[in-house]
Amino acid sequence: MSFEQILFYLFSGVLVLSAGAVITVRNPVHAAMFLVLCFVTTSALWLLLEAEFLAITLVLVYVGAVMVLFLFVVMMLDINLARMREGFARYLPIGGIVAATAVGIMGLAVGRINFGLDVWPAPPARAADYSNTRELGEQLYTTYVYPFEIASVVLLVAIVAAIALTLRTRPGTRYQKIEEQVVVKKSDRLRVVQLESEGRK
Amino acid sequence: MFEIVENFLLGLGLWPWLATLVVTLLQIMLVMVPLLLSVAYLTYAERKVIGFMQIRIGPNRVGFFGKPLWGLGQPIADAVKLMFKEIIIPGGADKFLFLIAPVLSMAPALAAWAVVPFGSEMVLADIDASLLYVLAITSIGVYGVIIAGWASNSKYAFLGAMRSAAQIVSYEIAMGFALVGVLMAAGSINIGDIVRGQGGAYGLLNWYFIPLFPLFIIYFISGVAETNRAPFDVAEGESEIVAGFHVEYSGMTFAVFFLAEYANMILISMLAALMFLGGWLSPLPASWIPELALFDLALGDGIHWLLAKTALFLFFFLWFRATFPRYRYDQIMRLGWKVFIPITIVWLLVVGLFIMGGLAPWFDAA
Repeated sequence: MSFEQILFYLFSGVLVLSAGAVITVRNPVHAAMFLVLCFVTTSALWLLLEAEFLAITLVLVYVGAVMVLFLFVVMMLDINLARMREGFARYLPIGGIVAATAVGIMGLAVGRINFGLDVWPAPPARAADYSNTRELGEQLYTTYVYPFEIASVVLLVAIVAAIALTLRTRPGTRYQKIEEQVVVKKSDRLRVVQLESEGRK
Repeated sequence: MFEIVENFLLGLGLWPWLATLVVTLLQIMLVMVPLLLSVAYLTYAERKVIGFMQIRIGPNRVGFFGKPLWGLGQPIADAVKLMFKEIIIPGGADKFLFLIAPVLSMAPALAAWAVVPFGSEMVLADIDASLLYVLAITSIGVYGVIIAGWASNSKYAFLGAMRSAAQIVSYEIAMGFALVGVLMAAGSINIGDIVRGQGGAYGLLNWYFIPLFPLFIIYFISGVAETNRAPFDVAEGESEIVAGFHVEYSGMTFAVFFLAEYANMILISMLAALMFLGGWLSPLPASWIPELALFDLALGDGIHWLLAKTALFLFFFLWFRATFPRYRYDQIMRLGWKVFIPITIVWLLVVGLFIMGGLAPWFDAA
């Protein structure tokens, strides 16, 4: 077994175990941390596939930003663990059927029939100076420029919609108006008055 | 230089992978040992510099060989003291996460150094996407703070963690945009190539801090915010939440947070020097340097320039702490989202125009 294979089995083993732990551990914060571990090991697997840009971006975006916000919310929630676990036995059969079907379909779709070595030959290893980032950028901004731009506009619309749906201005909320504070002059706030001095009587 | 060591080890009859491992470990040591020594003496420099700014003397008792030596032994004494202190785990704390949190903040602070170049040939791992790697690794550091705050089972620690998480995530965006400007200017995400792109006939006028001046300022201020340093240190905020996320930590667990903070300060300073101030390039134009080996060694390109520029930024960190009062939390958020991010986006357009116009001497090569 080559060193890369050892690494592959190590990272995929950790990935499968931590993915299982995400849904089995009781504590939601622990589950979120296992999800972070999932992302990190996935990123390592992508690095083994020479997809360094995607691997680093996965860590940067999902681990560095998305999961931080996720953890932020999970930590502040008051989750009743007992209520979350009730009904486990009742939903177990149907959950099992759905999971088995999903695994079966995925096995059929991306398994040996469609993506075996006889159908798709193993990609040649790239030279050390091959830049995955540059290739990806060129593809995104030439061949796929319209799908790329449309996807970003859709994302923008989603962001605006999410904010518009959740933003409620309560009556009586007081805001600091920075622009008014900045343009304030001495004469607006301070009045110097001349007073006659009065002698002691 | 390392080929000689590797060949020597192979000559001794070691397996090739073992020889590579030994040489790699040696290289890692060569980066880590000076880094940790700088961290130790940065704490000393901080106390001395702030002391002098406030007309005090700072630590001046602990020296070596029975002499005070301006207190140079203070960091060593501090480290020994912290090592022998008891690590107290609060009742109701999540023990595993409580103990792993310092590791989560220290490991990224050290791992990011793997791709930092110290000279045109002096880099541990010259990977193609090194700037992205640094951004990704440093973004993991926030977990140390959040997990520490949550696992401590303390309200003050939790408040500190919440503040810190929101602040770091917000300023990462401004920081990332500032770096997008740099990689647009250099046309590369390899830090070594970014430095090489700043070389030229005009010395320091070729560096990116001139065309990217707003991004340079925003990068450094965001860096101060990312490291939770004053005036953005609301995560610690002694006057409001005691010591923030590490209020429950003692002894070595506290020291590791402390080390991570200072290692991050050095990292941010060195990255600022590499990306905006020409890294190891000399500020003097090559034509000014007399053709003497001695002058070339002292004034030509070299690691000493990089270290000097890094030291300058580190001094700014200390200077800020002695000068500015702490920002209010909502004002920090406003500065990040409503001031820095719009400025960076506008300046990215300006940089695009510079590149299209081929503005000399920065953008005429490409």
